[in-house]
Amino acid sequence: MTGKTVTRAQLSEAVYQEVGLSRNESADLVETVLQEIVESLAREETVKISSFGSFHVRSKGGRVGRNPKTGQEVPIQPRRVLVFRASHVLKDRINDELVTKAR
Amino acid sequence: MIKSELIQRLAERNPHLFQRDIERIVATIFDEISAALARGDRVELRGFGAFSVKRRPARTGRNPRTGAAVEVAEKCVPFFKTGKELREKLNISDDVQDAAPDDKTG
Repeated sequence: MTGKTVTRAQLSEAVYQEVGLSRNESADLVETVLQEIVESLAREETVKISSFGSFHVRSKGGRVGRNPKTGQEVPIQPRRVLVFRASHVLKDRINDELVTKAR
Repeated sequence: MIKSELIQRLAERNPHLFQRDIERIVATIFDEISAALARGDRVELRGFGAFSVKRRPARTGRNPRTGAAVEVAEKCVPFFKTGKELREKLNISDDVQDAAPDDKTG
């Protein structure tokens, strides 16, 4: 909402500051963490990170969609989608800091 | 996979690191993402996805059982949009066609 964007670079920097590893190794580890999560999800495993949230893979059935502009029917194949559910700890943290500030 | 299993897998891939360092690395990453969202910032991890915060305005809700009107205060909710690469990876295996749909919402 403030328009700032955090990327891998800031995450690596935080890891670098927090743990006594080189910048390169910090960046590699951030990448490895993401990779492990991706591999787990690709196996359709649910990934749960306590006090952060969980990622679930859902299978969606095929259906007939419609191009909203042209009204043309398009078949949508069965597919898998990822759903993220934030934990209450994260939701509360966001609301404590953001909503109170906005008032 | 839960956080401790993630740490376990990272430890196997990085035998030169102490377990407690890996724990701190994992904690730092998720804490950094949480802190960014709490500031109202976006977190964009190319190939993985993007976390953002959406504002839900105050509204008058209803208790579905009694029908009584309840004021629901404005709130912010975290939102995750799956990255293109990850979305494609989820659908790589060819048994997607046979996968049983687990909901009807499309």
